[in-house]
Amino acid sequence: MHLILFLIFAGFCLAGAINLLLQSHPINSALSLIVVMTSLAVLYLLLGAEFLAAAQVIVYAGAIMVLFTFVVMLLNASREDRTRGSRAASLIGFPAVVAILAVIATVILHSQGLGVAKLSDGITTTEELSAVLFTKLLLPFEVTSVLILIAILGAVALARHDDDNAERTGEE
Amino acid sequence: MSSIFAQLPQDVPLSWYLLLSAALFSLGVVGFLIKRNLITVFMSIELMLNGVNLSFVTFAHQWNAVKGQIFVFFVMMVAAAEAAVGLAIIIAVFRARATLAVDRIDRMKL
Repeated sequence: MHLILFLIFAGFCLAGAINLLLQSHPINSALSLIVVMTSLAVLYLLLGAEFLAAAQVIVYAGAIMVLFTFVVMLLNASREDRTRGSRAASLIGFPAVVAILAVIATVILHSQGLGVAKLSDGITTTEELSAVLFTKLLLPFEVTSVLILIAILGAVALARHDDDNAERTGEE
Repeated sequence: MSSIFAQLPQDVPLSWYLLLSAALFSLGVVGFLIKRNLITVFMSIELMLNGVNLSFVTFAHQWNAVKGQIFVFFVMMVAAAEAAVGLAIIIAVFRARATLAVDRIDRMKL
């Protein structure tokens, strides 16, 4: 059963990722990315990470992808024009990607001691996770809240219309 | 029919999960190289982050360690902040250049 679920959702993941590359319209790419992230949530659940599965759906597939689709629609992004790209990307980039993938796959396949995942494995409950997060790792957690606050301020400052500048140039 | 299901292995080697995460990461790198739209390039980066997150969760399962999952939680929060700021930058760039094609955005000055 675990194998069947893994194959189905790993297939969804890979199909969504490849579809993201093949689509030329950004909104189609964004929808494929949502498929990838939702399938990843199921894979997290198979690995026993129940809190992360929920957070993946809420934060990634929900918040972040809503932001993406919102910006795609706001900017009225049309089909991308296919250009050849840089020569460096095709000469060095793609062989490098293949080499990296080959090296990682070789290391993974030759590594000893990797276990197996079963359906009967226990899941890490949210209680266990938060017991560590809110005691040993409380400081990083609080620092992250400051980071989010700065990100909100930065996003607002970057994205708003510069009305002051417009008025000033209008007066001049 | 049920005998076929009984013969199937009931568990998945963790190396398969790691291979999937490596494949997702590589697809993200390829997307970063071939896509010509600023937003889609940004989506490829998110794909890479997700690939790495999957390997973190896999290793957390392997070692029965909660901290691996907590690391993924932090990555998610940083990715949310990064997406907010990055998309705001994309809006600012679009307002200044009226294009999203990365080939035509080649100057640092406004």
